[in-house]
Amino acid sequence: MNSSLLLLGLLDGITQAAVLFLVALGMTLIFGVMRILNVAHGSFYAFGGYAAASASVYLASSGESLGAALMPLLAGAVVMGLLLGAIIEFGLVRRILNMDPAMQLLATFAVFMVLEDLQRLIWGVNPVSISAAVDLMGTVKVGAVNYNAYQLLLLPAVAVVIYFGLTLSLGRTKFGRQILAVTHNREVSMAMGINAKRVGLLTFCIGAILGTLGGALAAPTTSLVPGIGGDMMVLSFAVVAVAGLGQITGTAIAAILIGMAKAFAVYLFPEVEVLVPYLIMVLVLLWRPEGLFAVAQARRV
Amino acid sequence: MHGTLKVSIAGLSLVACLVPGYAQQKPAELKIAMTTFLSGPASVFGVPGKAAAELAIEELNAAGGINGVPIKPIFLDEGVGSDKLLSEYRRVVQEEGVKVTLASISSGNCNALAPVAEDLKVLNVMWDCGTEKLLENRRFKYVVRSQGNGTSEMVASVYKLLQVKPDFKTIAVINQDYAWGRDSWELFSTTLKALKPDVKVVAELFPKFGATDFSSEISRLQALSPDVILSTSWGGELDTLIRQAGQRGLLKNGTWILPLAESSLERVGKVLPDGVIVGMRGDHYFLHPENKDEPKHKAFVEKYRAKTKQYPIYPVYHAVAAIQSVVDGYNTAIKANGGKWPTTEQVAEAMHTITFKGLTRPVTMREDGQGLEDQMLGVTKMTPAYPFPVIESLTIYPGALVTNPVGTKSPEWVKTLKPEAMKDSRIKSF
Repeated sequence: MNSSLLLLGLLDGITQAAVLFLVALGMTLIFGVMRILNVAHGSFYAFGGYAAASASVYLASSGESLGAALMPLLAGAVVMGLLLGAIIEFGLVRRILNMDPAMQLLATFAVFMVLEDLQRLIWGVNPVSISAAVDLMGTVKVGAVNYNAYQLLLLPAVAVVIYFGLTLSLGRTKFGRQILAVTHNREVSMAMGINAKRVGLLTFCIGAILGTLGGALAAPTTSLVPGIGGDMMVLSFAVVAVAGLGQITGTAIAAILIGMAKAFAVYLFPEVEVLVPYLIMVLVLLWRPEGLFAVAQARRV
Repeated sequence: MHGTLKVSIAGLSLVACLVPGYAQQKPAELKIAMTTFLSGPASVFGVPGKAAAELAIEELNAAGGINGVPIKPIFLDEGVGSDKLLSEYRRVVQEEGVKVTLASISSGNCNALAPVAEDLKVLNVMWDCGTEKLLENRRFKYVVRSQGNGTSEMVASVYKLLQVKPDFKTIAVINQDYAWGRDSWELFSTTLKALKPDVKVVAELFPKFGATDFSSEISRLQALSPDVILSTSWGGELDTLIRQAGQRGLLKNGTWILPLAESSLERVGKVLPDGVIVGMRGDHYFLHPENKDEPKHKAFVEKYRAKTKQYPIYPVYHAVAAIQSVVDGYNTAIKANGGKWPTTEQVAEAMHTITFKGLTRPVTMREDGQGLEDQMLGVTKMTPAYPFPVIESLTIYPGALVTNPVGTKSPEWVKTLKPEAMKDSRIKSF
């Protein structure tokens, strides 16, 4: 492996990791607070992408300026994330919190199936795309290879901002500390006067928005087709499992790890590219069943 | 009493044997089941195919159907998977009295349904699937294909590539990781090796079926910078590949050859630069150099556009051709049967001999049930007339020239191809 290959693999890995991180972060955040593995999280990604596309068409900003191209992405993601997050948390998730994890998994899987069909109903089956933002930002040349500035610079920047924003606000703000308290121990935090229901609803909405934002930001680089939600769900689950459920920094590292492993696979062994995320997941889980970054939990009696 | 009955039955059957082509009751309607993708990624082909079939059948019924018998279509969704499709297929044939089926788009479904059609003795016209193996490996009585196959498409693609760019040293492929992606590359690369042995394959990339991101593949292709890049991908994946490669300037590196891209042109629009070699799985194109002004073709394009707001793509032509083949098959069988309504067996027999004309050049059916469909490829060019590229510098390769002869297997046959074949006078360039 020569050094230019290493560089290219690194850059490819980073472009892939950014979106993967956002989506996985939403999933892990929801798990941390609600202890529910939300299978429908992949649908948030898909709906975010489609909502961003619809918002772009509706606001007719095929775009002279970059701001006009990015605004609908953000608007579509936030509106769709709030809508889906609130409806699903209020309508389902808070009612199944005390159920068996297998039942919770099935229930959110049912939501996923419903949303898949709903998506088909609303946006149809033909590929949808909006590429104004990518086209406007142009390319960056690294050696002989052109990268989209949008993917190489903007997406990782957004991911970094969200990472620091989230870790800081969790540690420093009142609401952030409430989230941490509920994550740590729901019952005790409720005894301390924290409104765990409210914390749950808001966290679920934030998690959903992270999912839709991932979809919205990925939309300009891809074509939206039926089935993208399922793929992303499985991949982000691999990231979350490698990191350890509920681990924010771990999720960031795992996303970069899996993004880069996929990129290097394309360079060195293209045949195994599809397998790589799951191979990593299996290896990590064999070695550390709780995930790479899971902290030791105090045993509750 | 008993004795008389026996005698009269024997007498009747004797009469039946003597009358040539015993009279089949003419039905009130002919039920035709078409399997097509109404869900899943391949619905980009299935939905236009269904719309085209509806239009063609509507037109046919308005003109009196087949010998006065109207056609009643039934549509089955291939998106439900082979197992469920198979039971649906059996149900419509056995319970709803379907006599003719048009199946399928997916080669997997063609493979699954063909033996069942043979068992049920129902005429099955493979209207869109590309697998060449099916008719090579077994002789069917009731199963025919009204269009070309993977072999004819890939051989024609190699011919066109060598015509547009005779001198190149390296090629890379990026295909979907499933049967068609793999098989088409095998056919393409074997043909290419036979005709131009010095070409080096620098990358064989098979991203997973349904992939939505080709960033790493595009980086790798840019780093390798091959002279030619091939992709037989289709639908959303081809759109994504074209868009992502376009955004990063890869479409202008080297010569691209996209044998299925005619079906993506309207969606990707001006992202696709001039000079990309594009195919259409046959000679189907709304700007077909020979047929674009033919009244039947022109009227159909107008009607189709009015119905779907889109220009017709190749599955539209395949659907119309398949229905036309059934009409011609029935008419030929009726003629042979002295004007009486034929049995399915008689129609199936006729289907192996007819030459029919859909909207573009005629297709001749061979004794193995394979249709000899001419293959057309061209090069993209942006014009002011359309908001998406048109295909120019078109070349039509006669089906007989690019399809392996009856009784041969494609992988062996393509190895025997000689460069002289590309100079055949039947090849027509526009």
